[in-house]
Amino acid sequence: MHELPITESILNVVLKHAKMNGARRVVTVYLQVGKLSDLEDDWIQRYFNYLSKGTPAEGAKLKIERTPVRMKCHACSTSYEAEMAKKDDPVCPACGEKGGTLLSGREYIIKEMEVQ
Amino acid sequence: MGDIRLIEVKEEILSDNIKQAAEVRERLRKTKTLLLNLMSSPGSGKTSLILQTVESLKGAMRIGVIEADIDSTVDAEKVAARGVPALQLRTGGFCHLDATMVTQGVDALAVKELDLVIIENVGNLVCPAEFDTGAHKNVMILSVPEGDDKPLKYPLMFSVCDLLVVNKIDYLSLSDFDMAAFRRRALSLNSRITILEVSCKTGAGIRGWIDWLKSEVAAFKGLE
Repeated sequence: MHELPITESILNVVLKHAKMNGARRVVTVYLQVGKLSDLEDDWIQRYFNYLSKGTPAEGAKLKIERTPVRMKCHACSTSYEAEMAKKDDPVCPACGEKGGTLLSGREYIIKEMEVQ
Repeated sequence: MGDIRLIEVKEEILSDNIKQAAEVRERLRKTKTLLLNLMSSPGSGKTSLILQTVESLKGAMRIGVIEADIDSTVDAEKVAARGVPALQLRTGGFCHLDATMVTQGVDALAVKELDLVIIENVGNLVCPAEFDTGAHKNVMILSVPEGDDKPLKYPLMFSVCDLLVVNKIDYLSLSDFDMAAFRRRALSLNSRITILEVSCKTGAGIRGWIDWLKSEVAAFKGLE
């Protein structure tokens, strides 16, 4: 739903690093996006294509890796990976307790990029 | 064309917003103004809860309201009519508020004179959860007619909030909303979340909300 402002931020970071590294063209951008994000990969690429026209990032491909949701058990403090798409509540694998608090799964990180 | 090289970036895409949010939070910490971000779906009772709050606390603390909507100024007008400083931010199509927009709102209100500023975010359970507004506390409303399955559909929103207000409990007898299942789902996503059941229409439970607000403001000011 909010792919456009996020994509603008991606482009700004990409162009900043392209300039810092003296790159003429950005070929690929590797992103890490938390699984709790509702962003649609196809739409990010479409918006990116539109916004990057006339910049060194025009034509760059975005490769998005989804990073897992990690929870911390409220009973025994174990951190574990939770599958949010399932209907069941997240269950701690160590003590079987349900629920906890969110550790990660909402991040947006530009990991690296290929440039020329 | 030259050779392709790989450069390491490792930068958070929303770093500008995260920085701006931290600045707003710090600025309001200095003026001892608690900034509260209120989020929910459209029509679940954000404005009604704010109007109830303003009415109950008008004599007890100084409140300001930042209203955000894609368009229109109806909400700010309703709040301002109660004699409370209110500001309408029009997001111009954006589905959420970010820390830069909130900064504009904070700039326009005389925050030094205020104990509490409530942000009424854009009605939406998806996008507002992703953007740090700079608020010290995040509160969401879920109204009974929306259904008890919402934690399964919008887990991030339930994960980032400190308080969950279940509004329109006067509809419970007419609906198949399963409060126990709803509470279990919300708590399993966020075991720290406080849940309050209210009806803005009948006034049921509003006392609990007001008490929560008063104690949060007092704790923030270092009075408790």
